[in-house]
Amino acid sequence: MIQTISQYFQFPFVRYALVVGTLIALCSSLLGVTLVLKRFSFIGDGLSHVAFGAMAIAGVLRITNDMLFVMPVTILCAVLLLRTGRNAKIKGDAAVAMISVGALAIGYLLLNLFSTSSNLSGDVCSTLFGSTSILTLTQAEVWLCAVLSVLVVALFIFFYNRIFAVTFDEDFARAVGTRVEAYNLLIAVVIAVIIVLAMNLVGSLLISALIIFPALSAMRVFRSFLSVTVCSAALSVACALAGMLIAIVGGTPVGSTIVAVDILVFFVFCGIEQFR
Amino acid sequence: MALITCRDLTFGYESHAILEHLSFQVNAGDYLCIVGENGSGKSTLMRTVLGLQKPMGGTIAFGDGLVENEIGYLPQQTAIQKDFPATVWEIVLSGCQAHMGRRAFYGRAEKALAAQNLERMGMTACRRRCYRELSGGQQQRVLLARALCATRKLLLMDEPVSGLDPRVTAEMYDLIEQLNRRDGVTIIMISHDIQAAVRYASHILHLGGAEVFFGNAEQYRNSDVGRRFDVAEGGVRA
Ligand SMILES: Nc1ncnc2c1ncn2[C@@H]1O[C@H](COP(=O)(O)OP(=O)(O)O)[C@@H](O)[C@H]1O
Ligand SMILES: [Mg+2]
Repeated sequence: MIQTISQYFQFPFVRYALVVGTLIALCSSLLGVTLVLKRFSFIGDGLSHVAFGAMAIAGVLRITNDMLFVMPVTILCAVLLLRTGRNAKIKGDAAVAMISVGALAIGYLLLNLFSTSSNLSGDVCSTLFGSTSILTLTQAEVWLCAVLSVLVVALFIFFYNRIFAVTFDEDFARAVGTRVEAYNLLIAVVIAVIIVLAMNLVGSLLISALIIFPALSAMRVFRSFLSVTVCSAALSVACALAGMLIAIVGGTPVGSTIVAVDILVFFVFCGIEQFR
Repeated sequence: MALITCRDLTFGYESHAILEHLSFQVNAGDYLCIVGENGSGKSTLMRTVLGLQKPMGGTIAFGDGLVENEIGYLPQQTAIQKDFPATVWEIVLSGCQAHMGRRAFYGRAEKALAAQNLERMGMTACRRRCYRELSGGQQQRVLLARALCATRKLLLMDEPVSGLDPRVTAEMYDLIEQLNRRDGVTIIMISHDIQAAVRYASHILHLGGAEVFFGNAEQYRNSDVGRRFDVAEGGVRA
């Protein structure tokens, strides 16, 4: 098996995939705790569907580097969703549901109407479940992914203390003069970036799993915000690496294999919690 | 000039006013208790003073060298905090967030301040423990230590003793009294317990529909509202 793996490592695209996949897994896990605890997970879910719709539009418009189109659209929607979420008059949840289901429907419709591809359902499936897209990234996309991932990690480290404060107690933070709105905006934008990145790795339907499972596992066992964050980052990277290797060797779809490993680890951590 | 002066204040949610034309002031060293029934707008008033929501009318002026945001706040417990993975130390340190300026991380001064306030609350031994595994009284002490990291001038507390057993409640009242008497921290506290309020506070603000009272504790005891609530009902209002 080692031989098979080293054989695969001969191909540059496999090496790229592993590096980019690891980076994406790392940054997608960082905001997991915040997402779960701030009840922002619904935004994450909605945005992944928006990203799918944007991807479809990019395909119809024949934009070559579709991330450059999908990214701004998703960020814009993140900002809009955050706004409506705060507005008590429009139900936040309903707005998210409308936007996300709408984006899915319109996206699929556009693909059906305008796609010239002979394998439409295959295309849709790979956008939704990311079957092999991490292996088919162009060199430019690899660089874009890598740079953005590093940026996300750097932003997270720099604002770590603020993110903790705003996540733990928004009212207290606001009362002592922290610019809570600005940090919520930052969090939403970073989530949007992570979602577009993660789409390459696991496809748009499985993104929430990639973001949330490592955090949930870590929260089972660890007791401080720092240790939970570090642990979920480590878990996410390990699961992504394991998932990608299994997928390459076994020929299984990358995204769902990674998520399956994440789920397995979650149950292991539940077990550890019971035995403490 | 007073620390906080509210003039003709109207507050509420969206376009619905809970209370109109409220005026009161808080001087340095005061211990103000806000009492009143559930839903009378105590928490909303506190949130308005803190700047968490805009007043619908009137003004709130800060004086005596008090800058807006130079306030320690002990909120009513929220659901999020119940299952949050964070240690006592991480939470108390976050009280120093206003002192960080543009820096990204806490420096030596902030860590010393957090350690000092943890010690003052008698929680140093628990600094590595997880917040959600503490008892209700310990959790309140942690939040009080965090609030003290934010400022030493003015503390606003929203029902700091609710849900605590009588012994821990008494300890908490003593702690707050000490902060007020010995350290000169100005206290504004929301409470359900009118008897305790009359005993400890220097001033009382009673909210409740048409019956609004503001004055010192002595005046309150002799007022119509005060007599009715304090004497007739034994001060115990849930
Ligand atoms: N977020 C909110 N939106 C609209 N109305 C609210 C909100 N929070 C509280 N209220 C209403 O405002 C009134 C006062 O609430 P509150 O200030 O919490 O009272 P208290 O703290 O004195 O029990 C209540 O009638 C309550 O229903
Ligand atoms: Mg209240």
